[in-house]
Amino acid sequence: MTAVLEIEGLRKTYRSRKRGVRHALDGFDMRVEAGQVHGFLGPNGSGKTTTLRTLLGLIRPNGGRMAILGHELPQALPAVAGQVGAIVESPQFFPHFSARDTLGLLAQAGELPGQRVDEVLELVGLRDRAGERVKTYSLGMKQRLAVASALLKNPKLLILDEPANGLDPGGIREMRSLMRDLAAAGMTVVLSSHILGEIQLICDSVTIISLGRRVAYGPVDEVLAAHSQGSVRVCLEAVADLPQAADTLSGAGIRVTTEPDHLMLAGVDKPATVSRLLAERGLYVSELTPVAVDLESVFLELTATAPVPGQHRQVDQSTKVGEPGVGGTTGGWGA
Amino acid sequence: MSLYVTELRRLAKRRVTRLLLVLLVLGLAGVATAFSFSSHKLSKEVVAEAQAKADADYRKELANWQRAVADCDTAKARGENTEERFGPNCGRDWQPQPEMFDPKWNLPYQFDFRAEFPMFIAVFAGAVALFAFIVGASSVGAEWSTGGMMNLLLWRPKRLAVLGTKMAALLTTVLGVGVVLGAFWTLAFWLIGTYRGTTVKMTAGVWQSIGLDGLRAVGLILAVGAVAFALASLGRHTAMALGAAVALFAISEVGLRIAVGVLSVPFGERYLLSTYAQAWFMKQVKLFNYDACRFAKGQCEPAELLVSWQDSALVFGLGAAVALVAAFWAMRRRDIS
Repeated sequence: MTAVLEIEGLRKTYRSRKRGVRHALDGFDMRVEAGQVHGFLGPNGSGKTTTLRTLLGLIRPNGGRMAILGHELPQALPAVAGQVGAIVESPQFFPHFSARDTLGLLAQAGELPGQRVDEVLELVGLRDRAGERVKTYSLGMKQRLAVASALLKNPKLLILDEPANGLDPGGIREMRSLMRDLAAAGMTVVLSSHILGEIQLICDSVTIISLGRRVAYGPVDEVLAAHSQGSVRVCLEAVADLPQAADTLSGAGIRVTTEPDHLMLAGVDKPATVSRLLAERGLYVSELTPVAVDLESVFLELTATAPVPGQHRQVDQSTKVGEPGVGGTTGGWGA
Repeated sequence: MSLYVTELRRLAKRRVTRLLLVLLVLGLAGVATAFSFSSHKLSKEVVAEAQAKADADYRKELANWQRAVADCDTAKARGENTEERFGPNCGRDWQPQPEMFDPKWNLPYQFDFRAEFPMFIAVFAGAVALFAFIVGASSVGAEWSTGGMMNLLLWRPKRLAVLGTKMAALLTTVLGVGVVLGAFWTLAFWLIGTYRGTTVKMTAGVWQSIGLDGLRAVGLILAVGAVAFALASLGRHTAMALGAAVALFAISEVGLRIAVGVLSVPFGERYLLSTYAQAWFMKQVKLFNYDACRFAKGQCEPAELLVSWQDSALVFGLGAAVALVAAFWAMRRRDIS
């Protein structure tokens, strides 16, 4: 497949007399294939927005390579800017301009026909409120306006930073549907969001960043599969048989955690093996459920940002790939 | 070109621009209207009336004097000492003379277009420069603080071209406002001069001089607008320009004025920006060093220093250039976050 967006070894370092040196991006890699909806995930302060800003020419990188639609950046940015629509972080607009004015000015600056403004207003559901001042808009409506501004160019690559921020449930569903429709029409969408359930539903592939480095990437199902750990929940007809069952399975090399009324198994390749092993000992299974992981648990595991009771995690406390003693992954799942 | 037109539209749509333009027009119209009431045409009737009043005043004072002399003579005949009350020789030496009652004193104020309009050009320039400063600073300051600049750079990633175009749109707008309002301002004062004052001795040379004054006013307005734009862009906020202006005023007009006074710096005013602003409009300002004089030894001609409008051009031009270079350098180099 053709890569619409390629980032290799991207580095951005901030130096401050007070705070010293901070590597916002530390050799970050990313690849997005054409026509995909790609999720870009990471904890707060992990470098997501810095990556997007660097890609869009707002921040100068200290090293690395970037390309959009085959054009090397930042040199070719003026040439490809017309094909990239983007919103970065919470977009803000002149409060006293209407949505139509705001988009009209952008369209004029981009030498686009005026009718395109009406098209995108219709698309994001702001048609009937287009003449009102932006200051009267809710956060969700501003978000719709921001998406409209990004869609104005009818871009080949759409980069959206938290597009569902402030949207009502109906709006989130509309946004999800819009993303799918755009991708189906051939547009490549890069979506940065903390609503991981949405990402799992919408995206074909994901990149997870932590402390400026990629910790996982690839198709969503492959990333999930790589972190499912073969977990299986087992219940027996007789709870009293649980200790014997645990011994049997442990003896077969399966990691077992005994719970009051069931067993949790890890490292099970084929759940049928469990059933067979227990049946051979006269132990009968009443429930055998492979435990599916979701993107949220994978994200929390990969970035080591799961909340710990009694602790207050600080913003920069997350996984850094390659550091000894931390549960960093090597990446490399999927594509 | 599309960006330039867009920026002109954006500027015209901004509430601050519209509000300030209305205030500027109302303010200038108010000044011209109020001033027109204070000026009175010196018709033959008014001059004759002033002359008549001067004559009447003379006659009244003459009668008073004659009465005083008579009273003095009477008192003297009674043997009273009149020296103290009436002066020597009963005040006969102080007889009022007609030339002591100049009819001009009784004339109302009449606006002289030739002599006084240059001062009103400076007033106009000050008002429009204030407009240019606020609109210039807020146009780009608000763009930065609301994220509008970042949005635009996603469409037009050539930073210097974007900033340059924005500034060009601002300066064009300010120039347009300055020229149009300047024409109305001149017309208004010409009409005041014609109907409620005088427009005599308006030769081609005078018009040329007024034209040059107008050009200098436009130059100042554009420079102020550009500096405000540069400062707000540098600080990425409107308040940066306003803060810098207040700081500059405090340093130049208060701090330095006190310092040069305390230290008795010869020609200390040459370090004050207001001196150069004055020279810009008055073509030159003469500074004197009275500290060099020792009046105890007699009359003294204090040393002089001439500050010309060319000196002002150098100071203001350099200041504007430094601000602009810094703003464009920052735009090129700094991250946008």
